[in-house]
Amino acid sequence: MADVTLRKVVKRYDDVEAVRGIDLDIADHEFVVLVGPSGCGKSTTLRMIAGLEDITDGDIMIGGDVVNDVPPKDRDIAMVFQNYALYPHMTVAENMSFGLRLKHYPKAEIKTRIDEAARMLDIVELVDRKPKQLSGGQRQRVAMGRAIVRNPKVFLFDEPLSNLDAKLRVQMRIEIKKVHQKVRTTTVYVTHDQVEAMTLADRVVVMNKGRIEQIGTPNDLYHHPATRFVAGFIGSPAMNFLPCRLEETSGQLHVRLTDRIAFALPPARAAHYQSVARNEKLLLGLRPEHIAEAKAHPEPGVEPFDAVLDVTEPMGMETFVYFTLEGTQVCGRVSPNAGARATGPLRLAVDLNNMHLLNEGTGAVI
Amino acid sequence: MVDVAFQPNSVAPARSTRKRASLRVALKRKSTAAFLMTLPLILLVGILVVYPAFYSLHLATLNKSMQRFVGFGNFEFLFKRETFWLVVKQSCIFALSAVFFKALIGFVVAHLVHNVPAKGQRKWRGMLLVPWVIPPAMSTLAWLWLFDPSYSAFNYTLAFFGIGPISWLGEPNWARFSVILVNVWFGAPFFMIMYLASLKSVPEQLYEAAAIDGANWWQRIWYVTLPMMRNIIAITTLFSLIVTFANFDITRILTAGGPLDHTHIFATWAFRVGIEGSDLPLGASVSLFMVPILAIAAVFILRDINKRGNEA
Repeated sequence: MADVTLRKVVKRYDDVEAVRGIDLDIADHEFVVLVGPSGCGKSTTLRMIAGLEDITDGDIMIGGDVVNDVPPKDRDIAMVFQNYALYPHMTVAENMSFGLRLKHYPKAEIKTRIDEAARMLDIVELVDRKPKQLSGGQRQRVAMGRAIVRNPKVFLFDEPLSNLDAKLRVQMRIEIKKVHQKVRTTTVYVTHDQVEAMTLADRVVVMNKGRIEQIGTPNDLYHHPATRFVAGFIGSPAMNFLPCRLEETSGQLHVRLTDRIAFALPPARAAHYQSVARNEKLLLGLRPEHIAEAKAHPEPGVEPFDAVLDVTEPMGMETFVYFTLEGTQVCGRVSPNAGARATGPLRLAVDLNNMHLLNEGTGAVI
Repeated sequence: MVDVAFQPNSVAPARSTRKRASLRVALKRKSTAAFLMTLPLILLVGILVVYPAFYSLHLATLNKSMQRFVGFGNFEFLFKRETFWLVVKQSCIFALSAVFFKALIGFVVAHLVHNVPAKGQRKWRGMLLVPWVIPPAMSTLAWLWLFDPSYSAFNYTLAFFGIGPISWLGEPNWARFSVILVNVWFGAPFFMIMYLASLKSVPEQLYEAAAIDGANWWQRIWYVTLPMMRNIIAITTLFSLIVTFANFDITRILTAGGPLDHTHIFATWAFRVGIEGSDLPLGASVSLFMVPILAIAAVFILRDINKRGNEA
């Protein structure tokens, strides 16, 4: 068990900078998820921690030791790959014990560890099979077993669930979480799936274009995104961004969306945005769940307006409604009983207590 | 009862239509179509391989003038000849050592080429294939000059180090070495290209997983590369064993079996006794000895492939 520290780590391929100087502190026992769109440098970062890629600049420390030039086998890490990377000619038990056998562990010790891991992952009856005889989910369990028996300082997961179907993915996600709760090994997990990131992580690292956009707990990122990228990336359906301006009418701060639609800000929000220039180009960020059907007795800060729906998506426990506002498509979330009908009018309300205001130019959340 | 009475009359036409229908079904079946399409090749193989094979079996049972049936007489005669056992020994030494070194060099060079950046790889691959694409009769002539005892490049170079002159083709052991060397030079590119193709099909992540598991470069080759290449190694070895065992041109041009029959292998000796010695039945008997030896090798190697076939 160990902490992992990245200091100004850079990765350059010829003329492309894949990772542009990232700093990251991962505490002992922590489960950190690197998430971002493809090509954001998250896998490269993980592979640099593993030692599979050289680092161009900066330092990587595992357990306090700089490991920049330490080969992967001496870093005491274990990695689970997207395509499992099981040795096809070895049985499950041989696959799991390969690392231990190379390190000349005593046979009895190897057997104990395999039994223990196999029991933990529920693959006891598979240990004598070859990978070819296993399903995708079983292979992924074996790949995890191979990591567990090593009892390494750090677990590295490189998009381990991407090759599984949706149902199995949910199941394995829970499995991974259970394993981590049991073994408590420091874990770095890479995924492009924000749901995986949110559900698994102690802390999520959102990456974009080789940089870290924001680091925080899942709730932090969801409720207090720092940038437009994070606000748009985390959450499904994505946050709505509506062009707007602030204006002061009769001593009350309003956010004006269109000539016809302007909402008065609740006092707490108004105080927060007091210093923002009145003519600055801004974006109003609202998550779909904060655009709901209007109620007869709205809470303070909830402002009603009329919309004409383009599309409705009934999901069962909720219905997503889509409408257009000044050329921007907006998604709201209403209760299934709200009577939302496609191409029909509906009175909606925005919950401004949960609004975000972003600088349109920089994308920073104010 | 009425039904039964009608039946004898209706059976005959029904059977004939069923026959015609089954022919149509058979023609439509994929395996039938495949058989018909491969038929020309099967016939060609039959004419060019099966007929000569049986003809040589027939020949081997005749006397020198091909007039009289002698049964196993030719074989009995061969078993008593010392030269025959020398040829058996030499053929085995020649084939086994040549195939071993071809495979070893092919394996090493394939790894070297595999590690050349993709840009320069085509060039290297092309150049390394040159020995294999030159007709061996021609390239062996060049080797013949290189091995010349008095004026060759080899002995000239060795003279600088105060070694030699070596009688490359005149002294039995050097002659064996030279023949094997040229065969390896000629055959190693085939192994290289087969192994290279096989290497490229090993997923990179297996090596990464092995590297993380703590394997050094040698252990990665031993535990990942070799097992992943098992089938291709078995097939190329078998194929090369057959071709090398039956090799004729290189030995014929370099030494013609000399000195004192010490480089004769089955094919060259069969040629010597059959064509040059005008004893076709005896030559046929010599060449037939390759069959059981290669058959045993084939059974062993292919059985292994079948066992592992559905693994990768």
